[in-house]
Amino acid sequence: MTRLVALALAALALTAAAPAPRPLPDFRFRPAAATLPDGSSETFPQRPGVEAVEANCTACHSAAMILNQPPLTRDEWTAEIAKMRNVYKAPIEDAALPDLMLYLAGPPPKQP
Amino acid sequence: MDQPVISRRNLLAGAGGIGLTLAAEPLLAQTSRDLRLPGKPSTRPLTSAFPGKRGMLLQRTRPPLLETPFEVFDSGIVTPNDRFFVRWHWASIPDSVDPAGFRLAVRGAVQRPLSLTLDSLLRDFERIEYLAVNQCAGNSRGLVEPSVAGAEWGNGAMGNARWTGVRLRDVLDKAGVAPGAVDVRFAGLDEALVPEAPRFRKSLAVDHARDGEVMIAFAMNGEPLPLLNGFPLRLVVPGWYSTYWVKMLSDIEVLPSKDDQFWMAKAYLAPATPFGAVPPGTKDFAKTPVTAMLPRSFVTNHADGATVPAGKALALRGIAFGGDSGVAKVEVSTDRGRTWRSANLGPDAGRYSFRRWDLALPPPPSGPLTVTCRCTNAAGLAQPMAMNWNPSGYMRAGVETITLRAGGAA
Repeated sequence: MTRLVALALAALALTAAAPAPRPLPDFRFRPAAATLPDGSSETFPQRPGVEAVEANCTACHSAAMILNQPPLTRDEWTAEIAKMRNVYKAPIEDAALPDLMLYLAGPPPKQP
Repeated sequence: MDQPVISRRNLLAGAGGIGLTLAAEPLLAQTSRDLRLPGKPSTRPLTSAFPGKRGMLLQRTRPPLLETPFEVFDSGIVTPNDRFFVRWHWASIPDSVDPAGFRLAVRGAVQRPLSLTLDSLLRDFERIEYLAVNQCAGNSRGLVEPSVAGAEWGNGAMGNARWTGVRLRDVLDKAGVAPGAVDVRFAGLDEALVPEAPRFRKSLAVDHARDGEVMIAFAMNGEPLPLLNGFPLRLVVPGWYSTYWVKMLSDIEVLPSKDDQFWMAKAYLAPATPFGAVPPGTKDFAKTPVTAMLPRSFVTNHADGATVPAGKALALRGIAFGGDSGVAKVEVSTDRGRTWRSANLGPDAGRYSFRRWDLALPPPPSGPLTVTCRCTNAAGLAQPMAMNWNPSGYMRAGVETITLRAGGAA
């Protein structure tokens, strides 16, 4: 075969074997920086126990985490606080618990 | 708890109590939305205060929980980066990342530990790209009845994007996974706020990690990842719930045994039953990790409670996804599941992607009209008629029913 035909066949073979185009061939990273809102715009309604909640419950998450919950029973709030202390290591003192429960679950049932 | 919750809802209600379709002003001019969550505070502010995000439903500021307003899903199958949902466990998220200094570590039970630069990832590895749905395991938890505690999302803790990156397999093979390796654990740049608290880490079995589909992604819809969606790298585990899609991925550790730390052994567990369902109120049950997604489908062009003309053909439009396989069919019922019509499916953009569907219904008579949509995936799994309840509010997948009101002049 002629040299021209041989070259043409070689070019065809290369084209046929060409890989799919590389996704995003011109991709570049650029430095990223941003300030995140601090959550202080979410505020707890004022009522007894609010200072304990503000002091103990907002180091890790803003108020909406608590305020958007469905009504939870006393036992459920007790379990949630225990999870915060035991799993997530929230530094909540025992002395704060009565005020936290007052705010979250209401006054304790009256003793008979 | 009732009193302050109600007063906060009134405080925020403003124009947000009127639902999605009756707004007299453009949707984004509203300052809040009512997500119609039963038995719990239902109104959420709309926020554009977060970097790279606009018009997002604010579930929680810190750590950020931002939900996509549902009408975004009616625009097409791709969720734009600036409307894509955000979910972080810990608030210590770096507020800047310098690409030049960033390193991805690969260590543990490997032959050659690596410390890869981003340049190396871009230069030295083949790239893959696909569309995949990213959905929080707790998406829709706010709609669960009876209510459960947790992040009270509407249906917008999900999104579909075109992910571009390198195969996790190729990075692992460059390090050389040691014989006998069992799990591969992933961690990001975020840290726990208290040193003793569990840093967020998730693991995949080594065969899954090396399946050639799991991706170390550097781009989302053709752009670098937004900071809040994990800049510069995140794991993409197509077909699995988002908890595994570790953001700001910086550390890959190959383990010689199963990962038994909190976020694998104690968190993200659901009932070991079909659809993760137990009778409402059940507390004791065998548990298994949340893993593969379940099929879901939604109407996107009408919200629950919307009014439509009576006596005129009703055009329905929506999205569906198969979970960990493609969409085989979407069906619609207007008689609460007694009879079904097949919807038309839009183009197939891949097994892990949203897929559009549409159906024209005959003119409805005046009055209420219930519309139920049901997806069956390519593996033959159909959404269940009854909502699948579990106490964590995970994996919601039952058929969605909306009630429209046909009335007024045609």
